[in-house]
This record gives sequence, structure tokens and C-alpha cells, in this order.
Amino acid sequence: MENKIRLEIVTPYGLVFSDEVDEVTASGSEGEFGVLPGHAPFLTTLKVGMLTYKKGSETRYFFVNWGYADVGPDKVLILADSAEKSEDIDVERAKAAMKRAEERLKKAEEIDFHRAEAAIERAVTRVQIAEKRRPR
Amino acid sequence: MPTLRDIKRRIVSVKNTRQITKAMKMVAAAKLRKAQTKMLEARPYAAKMNAVIADLAAGAERGLHPLLAARPRKTVEVIVMTGDRGLCGAFNSNILRAASGFIGELKRQGFEVSISTIGRKSRDYFKRRSIPMRKSWTGFSGRIVYTNAQEVANEIIESYANEIIDEVFLIYNEFVSVIVQRVSVVRLLPISPVETEEREPVSGSEFIFEPSQQDIFERLLPKNIEIQVFKALLESQASEEAARMTAMENATKNANEMIDKLTLQYNKARQATITKELMDIVGGVEALK
Repeated sequence: MENKIRLEIVTPYGLVFSDEVDEVTASGSEGEFGVLPGHAPFLTTLKVGMLTYKKGSETRYFFVNWGYADVGPDKVLILADSAEKSEDIDVERAKAAMKRAEERLKKAEEIDFHRAEAAIERAVTRVQIAEKRRPR
Repeated sequence: MPTLRDIKRRIVSVKNTRQITKAMKMVAAAKLRKAQTKMLEARPYAAKMNAVIADLAAGAERGLHPLLAARPRKTVEVIVMTGDRGLCGAFNSNILRAASGFIGELKRQGFEVSISTIGRKSRDYFKRRSIPMRKSWTGFSGRIVYTNAQEVANEIIESYANEIIDEVFLIYNEFVSVIVQRVSVVRLLPISPVETEEREPVSGSEFIFEPSQQDIFERLLPKNIEIQVFKALLESQASEEAARMTAMENATKNANEMIDKLTLQYNKARQATITKELMDIVGGVEALK
């Protein structure tokens, strides 16, 4: 397992993914970063965004909702509040959530504003990732 | 001496009760299975979280984080976690008894005690005794989601930061097995120094932190509290269903025993009546002779 990375995605609801992969890309709070085998130890926070991994010729996408990435030379550990495989994303639900959030935003008070905004961000990201369902 | 009809009526009533306790037992068993899987699913997250914290702590010396700092204790917060519903044996009363004892002990030591509750049963308990509660959450049981834990964690972290409370304990039922649930008291705040087990240094190289180590630390510690609360919620839920299952199992058994006893009584009474009637007839025939 020399040139492989062990990618593990864990959420409070269970282990979402665990496998040996070739390459991982994720969106950290300071920007997107890529990991290849032999990466320097690296710890970062993640924002709402996409996580991609490559295994052989296969590319897969995940939706990751906040969390941490703990990167070592041969592992990537993702601790996320929630995470979904792109094909598991419920687009209808995301769109409905977006609509609800937009409604809230219209009559928003100060506190609701942030929550609504975050909800929209999540929904938009979900939909975007879901569209990548077909690996190119 | 109860009449035949009285006994019959009681048998029917006990049978109805048995029906209910039986059904409740089945429901509790199903819910227990669900709660148990949820509990198991949350475990890797908690374990990995510890691994990350260990990595983080191994990196360099850390600045003192407000959540780590123990300050002189004046007000101690006790969070009492029970279920929302009864009919689960000693599940709730065990917690409440332990909580009362714990609170009494703290008061004797001269601390101000503030009480918060999770679950309807503990709220009602303190309300009945007109003991003021700082906060009470209800309605978590059934479908526990991570946001429940976040809500609780955020509130106590904020109160802690604002020095409304100086120490936080959580009392909940720990799930040991289906028949054993243990009352457990954990300290949530201040966070005890992370015990990092010895791990081989990561090839001697320095960790890169993004954003800064301090930043990550600041976000990770609250997270750690969330996960602890979440874990407690799940354990408590599983314990509650397990306790309910056992209690209902016992109730069903008792109902069975009672039905047996009553049926015996009923038959005896019936026989007695028949004998009496026979005697009457025989007596009547004798008199006619």
C-alpha cells in the first residue's frame, strides 16, 4: 500500500466511507487543497463543500458539511458534521430547503439571517455536487 | 367473598393490561435495537475525534484555552438527563435519586448549584419540588439528532464563557447492556487535560495547521463537548428503551401470574356454587319425601 492514501470519512451518524484511494481534494476553510500520498502532516478545518477522490480511473464526489481534515503521509481522516456521496444527495430536499431558506431570508431578522444563508449555501453546494453524479 | 362476575371482570381487566404491556415491550425492543445501532454508529466519530485531538496536542505546546482553564468554582451546574416518558422501571428515578444526592453533596461543600434538565421527567421532578432550573430541554427522545447536542453544548459553553457557571457535570444513564444501566456522572467543563496515549511521532515532521493551531483548537474543543453530549443522549436513549423493555417484560409476567391465580379462584368459586346448588336440590328432594 505504498502509493495509496487511506481515506476515512466519519460523521456522528457513522462511518460514511473508508477505502484506499490515490488522490483526495477537499475544500478547507482557507481554500481547496489536494492530497497525494506522502503529504506532510496537515490539520485543517473544512467548510461546506465538495470532496473528491480518485481511485484508479474512477472519480467520486462527496458533499461535506463542516468538519476537520487530519492529513498524514498515508491517510486522510475527515470528521464532518454530515457527509453524503454525490449519488445519495436528495436533490429535491436540497431544493426545498433552499426555497425555505429564501423565504426566511426575505422576512429575516438578524439571527435568522445567518442560518438562512448557511442553509442556502448547503443547498446550493448539494445541488452542484449532485449534478456531478456521472463521473466524467 | 367476590362473586363470580367480579372475578371474571378482574380477569378481563388484567388481560387487557397484559396486552398493553406486551405491546409496549415489543415496541421498546424495536426501539432499543435502533438506539443501539445509532450508539454504535456514533462511536467511530468519537474515537477519531480523540485521535485528531491527540495529533493536535502532540504538535506543539498549546496556549491556554478558556474552556480548559479551571477557575475557582463558585457555581456548579448539574445537568440531569432523563427520558421524556415513564413506564420504564427505575430508569428515571435512579437518575433523579443520584442527582439529588450529588446536588446535596455539592451544596454541603458550599457551592452554588444550578440545575438544568434534559427530558420531561427530570423537569417535572424539580418543578414539583419548586427547585428553580436554569435551563430545561425536552422532546429529544425518540429521534435524537446531532443538532440537539449542539444546542445543549452551545448553551453551556456560552454560560461557561460568561462565567454564569464555573463547572458543568452531566448525569445520565450509561448503557452497559440490555439488563444493566449505570448512572454515570461526567464533567463536561472545564475540559480535563486530554489524555493522549503514547503514539509514535509522525515521521518527525511538523504539522501544518490551517488556519492556526489555536483556531483549530478553539473549534475542536466545543465540538468535543457536543460529541460528549451526543453520546450521552444516545446512551440514555438506549438505556431507557432497555429499561422499559425489562420493566414491561416483568409486568407481563406479573399479569400472567395474576391471571393464573384469578382463574384458579374463579374455578373454585364456580365449583362452590355448583356444589351449593346440588346440595339445595338434594335437600329439596329430601324434604319432599
